[in-house]
Amino acid sequence: MSLFTPDSGLLFWMIVSFGIVFAILSKYGFPIIVKAIEQRKAYIDNSLEAARQANEQLANIQAEGARILAEAKERQNKILKEAFAEKEQILEEARQKATAETRLQIEEATRRIQEEKEKAIREVRSEITDLSIAIAEKIIKEKIGRDKEQQQIMNRLLDEVSFCKS
Amino acid sequence: MNDIKKNKWVGIILFLWFCSFLPVKAESEKIDVQDIVFSHIQDSYAWHITEWNGKEIEIPLPIIVKSKEQGWDFFLSHHLHHGNSYHNYYIAADGKYAGKLVEKNSHGEEVRPIDLSLTKNVCGLFFACGALLFIVLRTAHWYEKHPNQVPKGFIGVVETTVSYIQDNVIKASIGEKYYSSYSSYLLTVFFFILINNLFGIIPIFPGGANVTGNIAITLVLAACTFIAINLFAPKAYWKEIFWPNTPIYLKLPIPIMPFVEFVGIFTKPIALMIRLFANIMAGHSIILALTCLVFITASMGIIISTGMTLVSVIFCVFMNCMELLVACLQAYIFTMLSASFIGQSKSQH
Repeated sequence: MSLFTPDSGLLFWMIVSFGIVFAILSKYGFPIIVKAIEQRKAYIDNSLEAARQANEQLANIQAEGARILAEAKERQNKILKEAFAEKEQILEEARQKATAETRLQIEEATRRIQEEKEKAIREVRSEITDLSIAIAEKIIKEKIGRDKEQQQIMNRLLDEVSFCKS
Repeated sequence: MNDIKKNKWVGIILFLWFCSFLPVKAESEKIDVQDIVFSHIQDSYAWHITEWNGKEIEIPLPIIVKSKEQGWDFFLSHHLHHGNSYHNYYIAADGKYAGKLVEKNSHGEEVRPIDLSLTKNVCGLFFACGALLFIVLRTAHWYEKHPNQVPKGFIGVVETTVSYIQDNVIKASIGEKYYSSYSSYLLTVFFFILINNLFGIIPIFPGGANVTGNIAITLVLAACTFIAINLFAPKAYWKEIFWPNTPIYLKLPIPIMPFVEFVGIFTKPIALMIRLFANIMAGHSIILALTCLVFITASMGIIISTGMTLVSVIFCVFMNCMELLVACLQAYIFTMLSASFIGQSKSQH
């Protein structure tokens, strides 16, 4: 049957055309496609790897950032605490100083008052003495003359009076 | 929604009514199914398209012959129409060379010249090769222009197919070590068979030629695979054939096993050849026979012919879907078996 006998003309053209197709495709066709697909596969793999590494780095950086932040917060707390303590100390010192100053001032004032008082007393005494002498002089001049004994007695009496007062 | 459904039914009824008229026209002629089927699946010197008002419409194809007496001759096939003779060449109606171009030589004998005519199958082959070259080279060109990019659309389909064949057939069957030198050949074979099969399913020009269902085509493909298997086979492969690892009484004094193994070298590619040829030819025959059913039943009255027409159309649609599957499947099987034969020859230890 002619179905099973290969026709020579068709055989010839088949060999020619299949040969040409195979030659062209095996040079400019499939190797290029296959190579391109493999290259792209490699490229995708590399990209994925790079992305993974970048992610890792990012995670590292984030952790580092968090650590630095925590450190900074700690330092801030420490500084705040120190500042607070210093403030307290300064306040305390100021208070103490103020207290001491006040005491000194009070003492000074007291001392001065005492001095003024004594001075005043002295002045008053001498005044009074002078007055008394003058009075006594006048009295004695009138009644008796100026007598040393009488002056002494008067002075003694005056002392008694002034000491009792102070 | 309802409208579409309604329209669909109206369409089907109209179609059936139309179908019932079709056979009536053909009633006048007697149908020779075998002739129709064989004339379609076999090669021809002209590309028959249709018959219109009793006039045949066909594309004349160039005829290239060389006879012993007249030398080279070149003319178009329409000169040979209806058994006409041209330069003593004519198409034999019967005898040894039925359907083939023959020459009547000076002694009045019928001889067959060297016939390199571009027949229907050759033209179909050329169209398919052109399409194959266009598709593959365009895909390759796209990759050169767009490195490291993923293609979309048709080129994406080509890429998926190439990677599938490359990874699951070629690499899997031949192995990582040797596959790269065979990958171009096997990919070419796959796409060549696939595109020829698909062109064969298209019923109108430039498809419809029964290229892969012709034994000459599959013979060349099988021969290429035979060369790919045996020419680059390692020594261990030949040792395994002529001195197989079997009990000695199977090798001496009568070399039974070597003989069996040696026959095996040829049966493998012959099986490839017959499988592809028979599958595609059978597919074409079935579709043609089912189509002929419409015309055979034409003379059996309107009801039977309408019913059979409907059955025939449904079966034809089914068979065409089947053929689409077979077209891909046979290309895949041919490639896979070729790859596994090559792989076997490489892994003989």
